[in-house]
Amino acid sequence: MNQSHRIPGGQIDRTKVLRFTLDGVPYWGHPGDTLASALLANGVRLMGRSFKYHRPRGPLSAGSEEPNALVELRSGGRQEPNTRATVAELLDGLEAKSQNRWPSLRFDALAINDRLNAFFAAGFYYKTFMWPKSFWEKLYEPIIRRAAGLGSVSRQEDPDGYDKGFLHCDLLVIGAGPAGLMAALTAGRAGARVIVADEDFAFGGRLNAESFAVAGGAGADWSAGVVAELATLPNVRLMARTTVLGAFDHGIYSAVERVSDHVAVPAVGKPRQVLWRIYSGRAILAGGATERPIAFENNDRPGIMLAGALRAYANRWGVAVGERVAVFVNNDDGLRTASDLQAKGVDVVAVIDSREGGELLPGIRHLRGAEVIDTSGRLGLKAITVRQSDGRTEEIRVDALGVSGGWNPNVNIHSHHRSRPVWDNTISAFVPGADGPPGLLVAGAAAGVMSTHGALRTGRDAALAALESLGRKAAAIDLPEAEDAPVRITPLWHVAHGKGRAWIDQQNDVTVKDIKLAQQENFTSVEHLKRYTTLGMATDQGKTGNVIGLAVMAELTGRTIPETGTTIYRPPYTPVAMGALAGRSRGREFKPYRLTPSHHWAAEQGAVFVEVGNWLRTQWVPRADETEWRQSVDREVLATRRSVGICDVTTLGKIDIQGTDAGAFLDRVYANTFSTLPVGKCRYGLMLREDGIVFDDGTTARMGEHEYVMTTTTANAVTVFRHLEFCRQCLWPDLDVQLISTTEAWAQFSVAGPNARRLLAKIVDQDISDAAFPYMGAGNVTVCGGLRARLFRISFSGELAFEIAVPTRYGDALLREMLARGAEFDPVVYGTEALGVMRIEKGHVAGGELNGQSTALNMGLGKMVSRKKDSIGMVLSQREGLTDPDGYRLVGVKPVDPLGKLTAGSHFLEIGAASVVANDGGWLTSKVYSPHIGSDIALGYLKAGDRKIGSRMRAVNLVGGTDTEIEIVSPHFFDPDGERLRG
Amino acid sequence: MAEMLQAMTALGARSPAVVTIGPLTVTERFDIAFASVAARRGQMARLAKAAKAAKVPLPDPARYQGGTPYCAFWVAPEMWLVEAAFASHELIAAALKDALGDTASITEQTDAWVAFDLAAPDLSPLLERLCNVDFPGVPDGYATRTMLEHLGCYLVRLGPGAVRLYGPRSSAKSLLHALEVAAASAW
Amino acid sequence: MIIHHPILGPRDAQEFVYLGDATLIDRPDGMNAGTEAFHDYAYNRDNPAGEHRELWYHEQGDRSWLVVTRNTVTHEITKVELARDVARAKGRSK
Repeated sequence: MNQSHRIPGGQIDRTKVLRFTLDGVPYWGHPGDTLASALLANGVRLMGRSFKYHRPRGPLSAGSEEPNALVELRSGGRQEPNTRATVAELLDGLEAKSQNRWPSLRFDALAINDRLNAFFAAGFYYKTFMWPKSFWEKLYEPIIRRAAGLGSVSRQEDPDGYDKGFLHCDLLVIGAGPAGLMAALTAGRAGARVIVADEDFAFGGRLNAESFAVAGGAGADWSAGVVAELATLPNVRLMARTTVLGAFDHGIYSAVERVSDHVAVPAVGKPRQVLWRIYSGRAILAGGATERPIAFENNDRPGIMLAGALRAYANRWGVAVGERVAVFVNNDDGLRTASDLQAKGVDVVAVIDSREGGELLPGIRHLRGAEVIDTSGRLGLKAITVRQSDGRTEEIRVDALGVSGGWNPNVNIHSHHRSRPVWDNTISAFVPGADGPPGLLVAGAAAGVMSTHGALRTGRDAALAALESLGRKAAAIDLPEAEDAPVRITPLWHVAHGKGRAWIDQQNDVTVKDIKLAQQENFTSVEHLKRYTTLGMATDQGKTGNVIGLAVMAELTGRTIPETGTTIYRPPYTPVAMGALAGRSRGREFKPYRLTPSHHWAAEQGAVFVEVGNWLRTQWVPRADETEWRQSVDREVLATRRSVGICDVTTLGKIDIQGTDAGAFLDRVYANTFSTLPVGKCRYGLMLREDGIVFDDGTTARMGEHEYVMTTTTANAVTVFRHLEFCRQCLWPDLDVQLISTTEAWAQFSVAGPNARRLLAKIVDQDISDAAFPYMGAGNVTVCGGLRARLFRISFSGELAFEIAVPTRYGDALLREMLARGAEFDPVVYGTEALGVMRIEKGHVAGGELNGQSTALNMGLGKMVSRKKDSIGMVLSQREGLTDPDGYRLVGVKPVDPLGKLTAGSHFLEIGAASVVANDGGWLTSKVYSPHIGSDIALGYLKAGDRKIGSRMRAVNLVGGTDTEIEIVSPHFFDPDGERLRG
Repeated sequence: MAEMLQAMTALGARSPAVVTIGPLTVTERFDIAFASVAARRGQMARLAKAAKAAKVPLPDPARYQGGTPYCAFWVAPEMWLVEAAFASHELIAAALKDALGDTASITEQTDAWVAFDLAAPDLSPLLERLCNVDFPGVPDGYATRTMLEHLGCYLVRLGPGAVRLYGPRSSAKSLLHALEVAAASAW
Repeated sequence: MIIHHPILGPRDAQEFVYLGDATLIDRPDGMNAGTEAFHDYAYNRDNPAGEHRELWYHEQGDRSWLVVTRNTVTHEITKVELARDVARAKGRSK
């Protein structure tokens, strides 16, 4: 196909050809084209179907405000829905698909909705699908979802990477039109660190789309010259294809840079997009303005677009959208479209100007006091009907119509802190209010200064003011000569005529009638209007439709436009891909992993790993003949209890606590006492929150007079450290205590079982007999001929057990050495599952019991809370509600039938009691299969459980459908007197 | 020391890694010993004196200071991480305790960290993808803790093209992976 | 948000962990104060729309606890102090 609508001029590289398809039909364009400009050059106006009525639609705009021309780009995993053809940079081989149509764009079955429009007015869904309620999920919602909506997702994984980053600058310039470039030049020449971000791939903003001169030459040439100078300044960073999405607190802005969207496949290792967090000293919003349409009947046909877009296609892209063009305006700016197109040799058949007075364009039929009242053309504009000032109507055959209802400054980013824009009668538009984000200045059309001269001037002045407020000096550079035309506008929001539909928000199919309906039903506040009609929702967020929508509401309610107000502006300014928000944090890179010192050994053995926080811990280590996890876990437990087992316990938090007041400090952060602990001993410690609930537990050893080593649970290592710092800095600032985490510095292994001492005696250089190293002993030792190590005689398994620690780099070797030297004891390495079995057999509390709701008393540890000293949580742990003698107590649970199954989370019920909440006696917190007992066992919190030992109850799980008769037993299933661990 | 037990690097190898991605070279430093030095309450003046005599630098906040045999950087009020050559100072904590006595709490930190030296003509494009440090805007000798790929790290700027990065040892692999991915993205 | 750390200068609030009302510094003495005083300390907070003194912990920084005076409506931060200094000024010691 020929580029039927291409005309001379424009900023495209005609020496190169880019081939692409829309719905499989091949077309071609040039570098510098957008998908929309290339399609229009090929004579394609129809690019999509509307959201609700499936009306044929073409582009309304030439920028990111586009409501209609949404397409799917690419295919497979790179398929990207809802992309605005007006900003999609053309690339060779691009595949584009139209959306929201079936079976084809030209014939769409659901266009029937358009005929049924009487039913689909605002509130239709709210009113129609209310009842019966049960129909919603199965019937209504699927139907609505299929019929409505925009593009589709591929459901394949996106093969491309996304990145995130951080940038710093003195001045962030948002938008690189005349105002932004002048600001950047002023600040850049003064040596400030400047970032200039523009969503377009070409800098220059509106200068690329206009015909008027700057500094005696083309505006685009002037901007190219400025950009060339800025590019030479090392303190200026030019960021094209970068949309500033939002203003956050204290000069922080977010921006997305489309690094690879303009190439078919990103280069190896390169991200598709980067989400930047920009720290700025000051920022200047120079984001320009967006033209708004005028609502009239059937104003949504392909070929009807904003007047400024029509001339942008002609001036920037060398495209005449139509062969016979008319322009409908209420202001002078729209007249530029007529004169620019005429100068390009396009047949401008009429200018319909709703105003009575004003300047006449030479050589063009200029109808004053006239309005467009209707249009025709099913898949594209064929004619307009004009009502002249004397009331006569006339049909004019045109295939393109430019509409200008005035320009709205892009106040969005200035309003992200809830600043309300204020109405400016001189330009009939909202301009930024006074209470914008601190440090953000506004220049150019974004500030309501609509001339090129004004943009250049305010851009320069904003940069001077920004730098001055940062304490920097800058020279005021001379302004290039440029037009300084005033804004002449007589507002016209919608043409009052007939009963047809006049579109306000084309993306959401909101018409003037819908606004009227909302008003009749008393949804008159702008926020209600938005929710009731969907005005201003979806991907374009009402950039073209909002202001006329609320202007119509103002008319209907007899209020002024400022009285009617605007909805709240929120980030992001334009839609952002989810991938960009995720950045590198996806799949296996969702978070970093922490590997234990034994990880390499375990991986060699084919161990199964489990994620515990960021840690990968060995869950069990299967042997070749084991097919089921329980076989491995049972074997690890039995082997440990029979001889000796080794477990990597490095993940437990370790905190080095030193200072002359370290003992006193521990007395206050633990419920029990540590200042009396002798050097060379360790003790189990219970840490409470101030509200009396148990926070954490662990053993803490006294390594020297003023030196303790605290262990925390793996899960709470970070929060305990934070809490200790709070106590040290905020509560008792003069205690002599110093803290540092040593979790990663030491590789620590539990060696447990009857042969634990015999095995370790082959490793540790010193005497570790019971006399020399008794139960709960702790101290510095050496291993394997002199390596510094720490030894603790503590047990989580109930066996004779030690924990041995060496500097982490030697951890792998120590494990291998223990297995080699202890081979005669046939040692087993056990994982977290076996660890869990043994601690439950022993009745030790862990995650299921340390649940943030339970007290020491609940756990059977009430006596540990010393009342002879002040400690965190001591006072409130004694509250009436927490000391109820009938409250929850930790108990052990066995099924009466050894084959009976227990499930953690099951509730305790008396035999014969109904399974209702009123009869609930508590719940099972942890459950395992105990090879020692030969059945499932569990721990649980049972009301008055300490008085129910020996009784029979039921463990009921209504979700899982189990109801098991159980016996309540002591939580100490194994060696209740602790003879083994003292052996 | 302890010839019986062979050391393993944070990346799980017998010898430290050197990785090149475009202009970036990442060198794992397995030859540095660390210890933390925190002044005991009210002992700062005595600590400063003892440290000076022992050639232990105690730099200002957010600063790194080189020296022989000890280098150090500030980590918290009245607290520093001190480093020295591992070959001569594997027992750095004991050596510092001897030198500083009861003026400070000293804790061995050698294996708490993996240290990477980053080298490239300009490291800004890499670091701006990884952390919020204003790398071009800070002077040489700047030292700070920072979040890098969800990991709390210390970053020391030795020059525009030279950084020493200390990350949690257990996450050494994840940290190196992040450096590799960011380098491919940056250059 | 940017918090101007008294020692380290401007730092991104992302590096900090928020705790809440700075009155948490005013912990009663457990050996003298009763349940009422602790109940008040642990649970009762003002929730001002406006200036608020609150505790932030520089977890990804130098581990200092800070008292930040912040306007909860505008997020303007007017003062940042080391919590240790604030605690001492309130007479807290050992």
